[in-house]
Amino acid sequence: MVEVEALTKRYGTLEVLKGVNARFEPGRVTAVVGPNASGKTTLMKSILGLVVPDGGRIRVGGEEALGNPAVRARIGYMPQDPRFPENVTVGEVIRWIQELRGERGKGLDALLDLFALRPALNQPTRVLSGGTRQKLSALLAFLFDPPVLILDEPTAGLDPLASSRFKDLVAAARDGGKTIIMTSHVMSELEELADRVLFLLEGSVIFFGAVEELRARTGEARLERAVARLMEGA
Amino acid sequence: MRGTTYKIFKYTLSDLLRSRWILGYALLFAAVSGGILYLGDQPTQAVVSVLNLVILVVPLVSLVLGLMYHYANRDFALLVLTQPVHRASVFRGQYLGLSLALALAYLVGAGVPFLLYAIGNPVDWAQVGLVLLAGTLVSLVFTALALYIGVAHDERVRALGLAIGIWFSLTMIYDSLLLLFIILAEAYPIDPWVIGLSMVNPVDLARVMVLLKLDTAALMGYTGAVFNKFLGSNLGLLLALLALLLWILVPAWRAQRVFSRRDF
Repeated sequence: MVEVEALTKRYGTLEVLKGVNARFEPGRVTAVVGPNASGKTTLMKSILGLVVPDGGRIRVGGEEALGNPAVRARIGYMPQDPRFPENVTVGEVIRWIQELRGERGKGLDALLDLFALRPALNQPTRVLSGGTRQKLSALLAFLFDPPVLILDEPTAGLDPLASSRFKDLVAAARDGGKTIIMTSHVMSELEELADRVLFLLEGSVIFFGAVEELRARTGEARLERAVARLMEGA
Repeated sequence: MRGTTYKIFKYTLSDLLRSRWILGYALLFAAVSGGILYLGDQPTQAVVSVLNLVILVVPLVSLVLGLMYHYANRDFALLVLTQPVHRASVFRGQYLGLSLALALAYLVGAGVPFLLYAIGNPVDWAQVGLVLLAGTLVSLVFTALALYIGVAHDERVRALGLAIGIWFSLTMIYDSLLLLFIILAEAYPIDPWVIGLSMVNPVDLARVMVLLKLDTAALMGYTGAVFNKFLGSNLGLLLALLALLLWILVPAWRAQRVFSRRDF
């Protein structure tokens, strides 16, 4: 469970988050949608402790998250554009993150097979394609079996096989009771996975509720059209 | 979370010691200082020539490679910061790893030629040691400055411009201004001022530190001569060392503060 209360953030004169309230529940995939520069990334980065909010509260699993790095042991994160130290091998990166977390995680072998990463283990990360970097990033997010997953454009660059395996993994995590927050520009993908939609516009929550509710409210069957309708209406 | 600094330090160092840039830096330094040693007549002159390289090249390379590393590694730092770790520990580990990698490249590049030269030639190890120490400290100073500039600027072009501006000011413009000051203030007792002013420049401090121990007063420049006259060579050396340590600690501490509070 992740709770966000009256979260505000400004960059200079630009108000990026204007008192955002949201409650991300376990066993649900919440899609965070909105036009560019609507505050999606800032919201997710605030939960991760990468952005320091100006006001409001964030709780992860009931524990205060602001200024409390220990809380991040409960979060797995896939950044939009994962990069790794270029002279280091894939195997080393995995070992480093294991060491930093102080846990080995579980199911490393299964994840290596799932994303076909075994052949890359001894390759330096600078030779990896964007898709392979994304797979490594997915492996690192899921390895420690964290109760909260924050996925920023997770399937960008993945081939169809890896992408469909990844979606199965997300669905299984949701069914296993994890709290999942994700963004994507691919609406069909969100449609496949998301139970709830958080729609942000210029730093304010315009809609937060179940996908069915959004469909009912906009009269559109497809998520893409429903979201487009919200954007027009706002 | 214990030991995060050490882990990050270890990772940074193991990444950088495989970097072609660091290797190239060490080789280039070795080639040039080797050339100076074998083509020159006597080792004291070679020490002075290597010192001149330290003063010009080490700050520039530390700034540029430091900034390059900072920007290339920014996205990985993002991933590291989303782990259960304290930001200050991550910063300290990065700074220590980066500055040690650059200092090691310098020590190998400048030191190995002297070791080879020592086979069959007389070498004053106190002098060589002092140059190696000065270069190491200059590496640490300018790596700290590079990270301070890097954490405070998201645009790498602006950061690089600022770094080159600082390098140019400290290595080129500063001396001219100091000279101008000395000429203009000729009639007044300015020597204590000159000591104070050279503390302001880490490059000058490194030069003074080494030249105080060489018997080449003519090469000391005005600040070196004043240091020598007022403080004697040992006190002067100690003072220069302390000032250089401040030049490492203050920018590194400032950079850590910015790193701990900024948005990523």
